[in-house]
This record gives sequence, C-alpha cells and structure tokens, in this order.
Amino acid sequence: MTALLELNEVHARYGPVKALHGISLSVGEGEIAAVLGANGAGKTTTLRAISNTVEREGEVLLAGNALRGGPESVARLGVAHVPEGRGTFAELTVWENLRLGAYTRSGSLRDDFTRIGTYFPWLQERKHQQAGTLSGGEQQMLALARAFMQRPRLLLLDEPSLGLAPLLVTEVFRIIKELNESEGVTVLVVEQNAHIALQLAQAVYVLEVGRVALSGPSAELREHESIRRSYLGY
Amino acid sequence: MAELARRLPIPERLLPARPVLLVLVAACIFLTVGSSISTLFAQLTVAGVASGVVFGSLGLALVLIYRATEVINFAQGEMAMACVYFAYQLMLWGLSYWAAFFSTLAIAFVFGVVIQQVVIRPVQHRSVIAVVIVTVGLFILIDGLVEWKWGANQRFMPAPFGNQVYRLGGVPVARQQIGTIVIVLVCVLALWAFFRFTKVGLGMRAGALRPEAARLVGVRTNALLAVGWGLAAVLGAVAGLMTEPSQYVLSPTLMQPVLLYAFAAAVLGGLESPGGALVGGIALGVFLNLIGQYWTFVGSVLQLPVAFAALLLVLLVKPTGLFGHRSVRKV
Amino acid sequence: MKRGLAGYVAVAACAVFFALLPFTLSDYHRGIAAQVALYLIAILGLNVLVGYTGQISIGHSAFMAIGGYTTALMSHYHHTNLVATLPLAFAITFVCGVLLGLPALRLSGVYLALATFALAVSVPQLPLKFSKFTGGSAGISANRIVGNTWLYEVAWSAAAVAFVFTWLLLRGRIGRAFRAVRDSEVAATSSGVTLAIYKTLAFGVSAALAGVAGSLFVLATNGFAQPNEFSVTLSLKILIGAAVAGLGSLWGVVIGAAFIALLPTISASAPLIGSTHGQDVVFGAFVILVMLLLPNGVAGLLLRLSRLRARA
Repeated sequence: MTALLELNEVHARYGPVKALHGISLSVGEGEIAAVLGANGAGKTTTLRAISNTVEREGEVLLAGNALRGGPESVARLGVAHVPEGRGTFAELTVWENLRLGAYTRSGSLRDDFTRIGTYFPWLQERKHQQAGTLSGGEQQMLALARAFMQRPRLLLLDEPSLGLAPLLVTEVFRIIKELNESEGVTVLVVEQNAHIALQLAQAVYVLEVGRVALSGPSAELREHESIRRSYLGY
Repeated sequence: MAELARRLPIPERLLPARPVLLVLVAACIFLTVGSSISTLFAQLTVAGVASGVVFGSLGLALVLIYRATEVINFAQGEMAMACVYFAYQLMLWGLSYWAAFFSTLAIAFVFGVVIQQVVIRPVQHRSVIAVVIVTVGLFILIDGLVEWKWGANQRFMPAPFGNQVYRLGGVPVARQQIGTIVIVLVCVLALWAFFRFTKVGLGMRAGALRPEAARLVGVRTNALLAVGWGLAAVLGAVAGLMTEPSQYVLSPTLMQPVLLYAFAAAVLGGLESPGGALVGGIALGVFLNLIGQYWTFVGSVLQLPVAFAALLLVLLVKPTGLFGHRSVRKV
Repeated sequence: MKRGLAGYVAVAACAVFFALLPFTLSDYHRGIAAQVALYLIAILGLNVLVGYTGQISIGHSAFMAIGGYTTALMSHYHHTNLVATLPLAFAITFVCGVLLGLPALRLSGVYLALATFALAVSVPQLPLKFSKFTGGSAGISANRIVGNTWLYEVAWSAAAVAFVFTWLLLRGRIGRAFRAVRDSEVAATSSGVTLAIYKTLAFGVSAALAGVAGSLFVLATNGFAQPNEFSVTLSLKILIGAAVAGLGSLWGVVIGAAFIALLPTISASAPLIGSTHGQDVVFGAFVILVMLLLPNGVAGLLLRLSRLRARA
C-alpha cells in the first residue's frame, strides 16, 4: 500500500505558541486513519497543518508531491477538509452548500447529487432549506455530503462526532465507512471518541502535547494497555 | 412571514421584520393615494424614485464592499465620478453615448480591481480603520487627479435619454427618469442573478460569510475580493452616469452629495442587505423630494439635516437598519 | 519607571523647543506653526474617542464649528476676551458631545460613523438657516484680528494644557476604563466598568477638545467663522492626522498635526503638478503611503524604535 499522505517532522505554531513539535505520520491510499488524543494535544492543528491554515514547517506530501500554497490550493489538489464546527454555511441553502463543495471542479453536478442521494436520501427534498435550520446531525451529514461533492482523494474530518447523540454518531461513522469502501476515499479523522475511532480506522495515531506518542494498526492499539486506560476507560 | 418566505424564492432572512414591512406597505399606500390626488405629488414621487435608485445603486456598491470586508469605502463616490470623466473622454474621442457607457463599465471594473490589489490589499489584514483611512486618502487623491487632468470647471456631456416628457395617466414623467430607473434596476437584477446563479457569485457570498471555511472548499477569497471591488466600481459608474444627466453638468464634486445619500441609503437598509440598500435609497429619494416641497421651513437649506435626523431616528429605533438582523458577534 | 522618566524628559524638551521656536520663525511661519497646534488639539480629542474607546467619529468638524462659532459670536456680540472664549467653547462642546454620546450608546461601528457623519453635514447648514444671527454663508467675524505671534502663543499654550490634560486623564483609572471599553465591551461590563458613563464621557472630552481647536481655527482665519470651512473634509483631515499620529497613543500627535497642517502648504509648491490640484494629489498619495508603510502611525514607529534601542 502506497502512502497518499505523508507528514515528516511537521511543526506548527499559533503566533508565539507552538502547537506541534515534529509530527510524522502517513496514511495509505484507500485507508482510514484516526488521530486520537486529549484536548490540546494538537489533533486539530495536525489537520490545519495539512490544509495549511496554520503557520507550519516541515514536509507535507500528497502522493509524493509537497502540498504548497494556501488552503484554496490544497483544496484544488483534492483534499477536502471538514473543519471543527463543520464549516457549513448556515446562511446558505443546502443546495448552495453542495454547490460550494463542487467549487473546485467544472461540469454538471446532477450525477453527484443523485449519487449523494443514496447516502443521504433526505437531502433531495430539503434542497432549498437554509442550512442553519438543520439539526446538528443533519448539518454534519451536509458537511460530509459537501466534502463528497468535491470528489476528494483525501478527506480530513475534524471530530465528526462532536455534539451528536450516540445513535447519530454511529450513523455518521457508518456513512464515512461506506464512502471509504465504495468511493475509495482516503480518510484522516480526528476524534475524541476513541472507542468508535478504533473500530473504524485501520491505522491510529495517538497525540500527546504536539507529539505522536503511540501509533500502529488499530487492532494492535485496541489491545494496548495504556490506550485502554486513558481513552477507553476499561 | 414564514409562509410568505416559503412561497417566494426569497430566503426569510432577506425580508424585513414584520413592523418594518408594515411601515413600508403603509408608505406605499400613502404615496399611491397622494399621487392619485395631486399631479405635483405624483411628479415629485417619480422624480424621487429616479434619484433614489441612483442613491441605492451607489449604496449597493458600498454594501458589496462592506459585506466582504466590513469597511465603508469613502472613495466610492469619487471612483464613480472618475468613471464619468472616463466616459466623457471616450465621447470626446468620438464614441457614441452607449458605446462609451458600456466601455466605461468595463474600465470601471478594471479600475476597481486595480485599486483593491494595489492599495487596499496590503492594509486589508491590519485594521478596519487603516482601510478606511486609505479610502479617505483615495478620495482626496482621485479628486486631485481628476482636477489635474480635466480641470475643476464644469463640462457638458451628451444626454443619454433626451428631454422628452411622457404623460402617464396625466402625470408628466421625463424620459430620463424612466431611463434611469430602468437602467439601475436592470443592473441590480443582473447583479442579483450573478450572485445567485453563478459559481463565482456563490464563492463571493461564501467568502463574505466565512472566509476560512470558503478557502477550505477552494474559494480564492483574495481574488474574489478584487472582483467585488470591480463590481462595486461598476455599480458606482452606473450611478455616476445616471447622476450626470440630472445635474446637466459634470464637475469633480458630482458624486459628493450622492455618496452621502448612498451611505445613508445603505445604512437605512441595514448594510448587510443589497435589497435594503435599494429600498433605502428609494425611500430617501422620495422623502427628500416631498419634504423639500411641502415643508417650507425645511426648504432646500435644511433638507440634508432633516434627512439625517430622520435617519438617526430610524437608527435609534432599529440600530441595525430596516433590513438588518442583529447578529451575535464573537467576543 | 524608566520609560516614564523618558516621557517627562521628552515632554519638557518639546515644551522648551516650542517656547523658543517663534524666535526663529518669520511671522508667516508662526501663523502656520499655530495651525499645527490647533490641529494637535483636535487630533488629541479624536484620539481619545477613536484610539482609546474605539468609537469612530467623522463628526468632529461639527464640534469644531460649534467651538468656532462660540468664539466668533461671543466676541461679535459681547466683546468677550478671546482667550476667555476658549474655556467657554470647551464647556459648550463638552455638553454637546455628551448629548451626542447618549444616542451614540445605541449605535456602534459603521452606524455610529454615519450618525457622526450626519452631524458633520448638518451643523454647517444651521448658520445658513439662522443667517440673521450668524451671518449666513458669508460667515461672522469676531471683529478682532489677532497677530500671528499672539496666535502662536495662545495656540501652543492651549495645546500644552490639552496634552497634559489628556495625558493625566488617560493614564489613570478613566484611561484604563476607556481601553477596557475598546478592547471588549462585554468584558468591561462584567468587570464593573459602567459603559454608558465612560462612553459618553469620552464623547464629551473628545468633543470639548475639538471645540477648543475650532475656536483657534476661527482665530487663525482672521477671526471669521464660515460654514463651509467646517465641512466633512475637515473631519476627514483630522481623522487622517490621528491615523498618521497613531491611534491609542499620544506620542505621535505632533507629527500627525504637522502632517495635515504643513503638507498642503509644502506640496503647493510641488514640481510638475503644482497648483491646488497638486496639493490634493500629494496629500492623498502621502496618506495612502503612510498607511501602507506605517501601520500604527508615527506612535507605532516610535515604539518600534524604542524597542530596537532597548534590545541593543
């Protein structure tokens, strides 16, 4: 399996505050990888370093090529970043949000929209609803659908479970899994909810204060003593 | 209200609050009744609408830039004035009015883009006040450049619509007023369609709402800000070209009073709302015309203070303008 | 503490400099130097409002007009001592500022900018309406002409008093409250700053200083108060001066005042463009350049220099 995304010794800072102290990780083509860690460990910053929305140093490679330029250029190279708080535009309609997802490419959107319908059947009839009036779970789904419209090679998800009821979390992760399996999208997901992330992902990285503290296949980490104690609570 | 919003293709947020809507409807009824009673009243109303759409169109230019950057462009009026001089120069070189008109719109777009890229972009990330000061500097600079090139004396330009007067139901209406109203409305509609149906327009809206999130989906916000300045300059140029025939002469101070009213129109409409700027402009235009005629104490001297006093009153009752919604800002 | 000492020394040096300056200047230049002083007072006033409490005003020309007309009218009708009209202008415009500050409590940002803009546009119209009392568009004379030396002395003394007054005001509790209002209204309220009082107070002080500047402005134009002298352009000029000086700091005001008072005079003799349009071109271009090159004005530059020196 070749690596689609590779980070080598990536440092990042917010002004004077350093948030990442040399992170290295790689995500294989077609893989789901998860980044776990406590609050402030640098999970979100890792994603921001990839999409270049934070001051960073070090090497970030997508399929062997360095990712340069601002977030808009990164998006154009096939990276869809669903940020914390979902990044949907509450003031725009569902359909406008989806159109924005497809902003980086030309051509008709109808086929993609129909295909999205197989994952999110409710989107069709609520096309003209204002996104801000959707429920939290629906907004998360909309964010996923929008990312899908981008036809990304790599999907970056920042805490998709945040603020959702447990039943919805399962639903969201089922869809992520489905997108990964049937559309071949590579996924890097950041999660607080270690339990579900360990089930979903093939590879897992655990961050502690801006460094990779542990990494490995999720099956292996599920057995790991310290992980279980700190993140799973059993 | 919610039902109305569902039936119309307008999102609910674009409609004013119910009391405001009632006031607007009442104003419309008042104007209709007044117009049916007195020919003079009707004439004043139509003239007010004609000058009002011009205020609205320059106000719309201010709103465009305000939505994207939260800055009032004090140079908007002077940019428009310079564009009218461009048109004047093109006509001196032998272009017909309408050829010059459309070439000027193209020039205005480039003008706006260049100004944004050269002087606004470098200060954009500093502070709102820095950008405001730069636009004030631009105001003075453009004024000086125009006077340097064309002189401060008044110039005469061919009139686009001629002097014909139609009679609509007994009310004399100048062809020029109708022309002004039609041209401005066509421009505003075109702009609305651009924002609603094109990808670039959608990207601009997204960039204005949430720049970071827009960049993550691939919107080149910096480039689109320049496009926004270009479009604002085009709207301003339309306002300028439509102001000129009503003033009969062209001088460097052409747009200064219009900018004032445009600013008022934009604020009256709530600054965030393009439709609001237009409605605000029309309301202001009609109000000014009627009050100047019927309230003799005010006359022409106190027109300006009274207009602003009325505006302040509106703002004190509704601090975010007629169409504005109180938004919760991050602390 | 060391910085405080440096401040005292700088102020003392400035005082000595400006006290001795008139002996080296021609009468004409003394007049221009007096203009620097009156703009300095106006910029100080605007800075209190914009730089310290973060409220914008484009209406300071209106307060200057009120101050100016106070002087002209008092002298014209009551032959009041000209120097005595300055504190009177201060008091009257203070009240006007407080009165405007009250409705301004409900407005913020651009809406406040428009409200003050409206004031700037409206006030010069009033003398036109009540022309019997105020002389209409021709203006009204104080009926006394003052010499440039007198003007220089009075203007710079007033500037010194104004500077020390604002400095004392801003370094204490009130200044802290102002800054708290600017940086976060919510936080300021929750830490016990009564927003309404401090915001209106800032408006009052700011307007009062502009009023004094307006009085001097009238004295500097041969004692004539004319409506079109107090147009919005004057407000914008002061705003530019304040931005050049650097908002939120007092140390750049002299440069800011010199910028708006001297640049038009100097650039009138500019090569190539010359004439009055040249003034505008040079002035506008300079404003833009200064904003591009000195984001925090002269005060920011001074701060950077002092940091460099501290590091060396």
